[in-house]
Amino acid sequence: MSWTRKILRVNLSKGSCTSEPLNMEWAKQYLGQRGLASKYLSEEIDPKCDALGPDNKLIMATGPLTGTMASTAGRYSVICKSPLTGAIACSNSGGFLGAELKFAGWDMIIFEGKSEKPVYLLVQDDKVELRDASHLWGKTVWETDDILHQTHQDPQLRVACVGRTAENGCLYAAIVNDKHRAAGRSGVGTVMASKNLKAVAVRGTQGVGNLEDAKTFMAAVDAGKGVLAENAVTGQGLPAYGTQVLMNVINGVGALPARNMRDVGFEGAENISAEAMAEPRASDGKPNLTTNAGCFSCTIACGRISTVDKTHFSVKDKPQYHGASGGLEYEAAWALGADTGIDDLDALTYVNFLCNEDGFDPITYGATVAAAMEMFEEGVITTKETGGIELKFGNTEAFVAVTEALVANEGFGPDLALGSKRLCEKYGRPELSMTVKGQEFPAYDPRGIQGMGLTYATSNRGACHLRSYTVSSEVLGLPIKTEMGDAEGKPELVKAFQDVTALVDSAGLCIFTTFAWGMDNIAPQIDAACEGDWSVEGCMEAGERIWNMERMFNTAAGFTGKDDNLPPRLMKEAIKSGPTEGQVSRLDEMLPQYYQIRGWTEDGTVTKETQQRLSL
Amino acid sequence: MQKSLHIDPGKCTGCLQCEMACSYEHTGTFNPSRSFIKVFTFHDEGRFAPYTCTQCDEAWCMRACPVDAISIDASTGAKVVSDDKCVGCKVCTIACPFGTINYAQTTGKVVKCDLCGGDPQCAAACPTDAITYIDADWTGYDRMMASAAKSLPSAETTAG
Repeated sequence: MSWTRKILRVNLSKGSCTSEPLNMEWAKQYLGQRGLASKYLSEEIDPKCDALGPDNKLIMATGPLTGTMASTAGRYSVICKSPLTGAIACSNSGGFLGAELKFAGWDMIIFEGKSEKPVYLLVQDDKVELRDASHLWGKTVWETDDILHQTHQDPQLRVACVGRTAENGCLYAAIVNDKHRAAGRSGVGTVMASKNLKAVAVRGTQGVGNLEDAKTFMAAVDAGKGVLAENAVTGQGLPAYGTQVLMNVINGVGALPARNMRDVGFEGAENISAEAMAEPRASDGKPNLTTNAGCFSCTIACGRISTVDKTHFSVKDKPQYHGASGGLEYEAAWALGADTGIDDLDALTYVNFLCNEDGFDPITYGATVAAAMEMFEEGVITTKETGGIELKFGNTEAFVAVTEALVANEGFGPDLALGSKRLCEKYGRPELSMTVKGQEFPAYDPRGIQGMGLTYATSNRGACHLRSYTVSSEVLGLPIKTEMGDAEGKPELVKAFQDVTALVDSAGLCIFTTFAWGMDNIAPQIDAACEGDWSVEGCMEAGERIWNMERMFNTAAGFTGKDDNLPPRLMKEAIKSGPTEGQVSRLDEMLPQYYQIRGWTEDGTVTKETQQRLSL
Repeated sequence: MQKSLHIDPGKCTGCLQCEMACSYEHTGTFNPSRSFIKVFTFHDEGRFAPYTCTQCDEAWCMRACPVDAISIDASTGAKVVSDDKCVGCKVCTIACPFGTINYAQTTGKVVKCDLCGGDPQCAAACPTDAITYIDADWTGYDRMMASAAKSLPSAETTAG
């Protein structure tokens, strides 16, 4: 089993909370979390609906392994239609909330409608109620978390909530749980706030049991943990350096974009790398990194807990930022740093704290500032718009100032809250938005790493590295080495990574396990826990089914093959220097092959035959 | 040889594998709320600390129990609660100076670490060796060795 087989449906318009049985027929096809919740969303909403209207739904979903002892099995996902992209959104988060929801006896919560007044949902096992949240509206994530813990006098309570940016309509607001883990991308927090839902507070005491075959499960889990411990990336690199281990690596191979992807290669990379985070600083002799931390059940523990130098200008007079909190991950360090041309580690850590404190996606935010900086340098945006701030690449003080303006919803903040696509359109330079389907790129240049170009172009939630992380193969050589400059073979590679990822995201596991685990490590854990066919083949087919279902949602929402593109800069402006000099993305070669392998038409529509083959 | 749980908070990542292993061993479910070992997170300090019963020789809980429900497991030295005898009076929870014996609403009895009969599952599950099960006489061994290493004269000095 391991599913609780129960769904909590919360109608915010009516103020009702009802329990209903999980559709087990769907569970056996879509597993859980990303896959299963996307199935519910596809069945229950009109893909053309207004993402910020009451017709959109927001689903918080666990996987069947969430809350078990399988390594990393603490994940949950938030699924809805995205206000940033108009496509299906699925943002995955770690921390402890997902497992707690499972312990309370729920596989997922479906929020529908819109509350008249701000409310929060309190879940204590079977006891579920919507409570007034007027006193929480206008509070930060950190304040909300603290207040709810004080109110309920329960140190074990787990809280997921939105901050002020979501309330203010910032299109890339996140849902933050456990203070610094986030369902970060695609504006899922904006959708939550649009429903006047401030927080979800959960306490579960029922545990997860009734595994299909407990003995086999524990043996598979132990074997899996052993594989993670012995692998160089999951056993050593990630615990010691976090994802930031990549900063110098990706810069070294010539794939670290800089300054709104105008350049590739960042001269300040070393100053904002994992190695820099471990260096004792002059003021107090302590390094930026306090410790690594694990999410629920995770034996990798890549999480960063950091402090900002108390003497740094950004926090000098702000003691509330002097404690330890969630530190820089690679994508955040890149977007906030390399993409803006800033190599001040303390400033980036402070801005990262603000991203957690008020719940907004550091990738989209950093990339949006980068686009604004380019337009500022070209004179399209001036100090008149920025409120006197010299928003040039590399200007740390300016970056800190506009971030505080975003949080306060003042000055240039509301412009930055639009995301880069709408911002660049507003100022007449749409080509400067480094996005696919309206969502900003993460930290790998698709001109340098060809597979990532196809990954970004075809990702169902807009540009994203977490839909098929072919960097693993193209740079790190896991599970097999492919050449990052080659376009040949990449359509097959991308498809395989996409399908595996879709399945892992539906199980309750973290995608970082796949640096070490293949499907032959993952499938036995799912199969022992769950009813149904979860052999390697069964898992791969479910992954493919989930991918195609998401694609069909987007097609119904109005997307076509024309939206599987990259900005002209990445197709036409060759990399100017370094090991990848002269390269552009060869998406044009890869895309038709990809469609063919997927069993889609030439314009990227899922064919009837493919739908039948996958029982869609 | 008597063995003890040895906890090194500096190695803990807060993953709760120990809580799940404990609850699975004792209840057959993954359920941190029923674990006898707890991991505490000190958020602002960026610190984690697993904590459980240290199995005192002169155990306050055992002395306080009015119905002799707590006894010593001769093979491990663990103080073990007998569910048949425990009446749920909670006097032991008042007596324990460390808070590591607690009442469980689900059963109406008190619960505490029993060292899993000599094979503590928390230690087996810990991925970073923050929890180990070692010779009770030498729980300070690693720290003692680290201090000894610091006291060594440098190689250059001794070479002459």
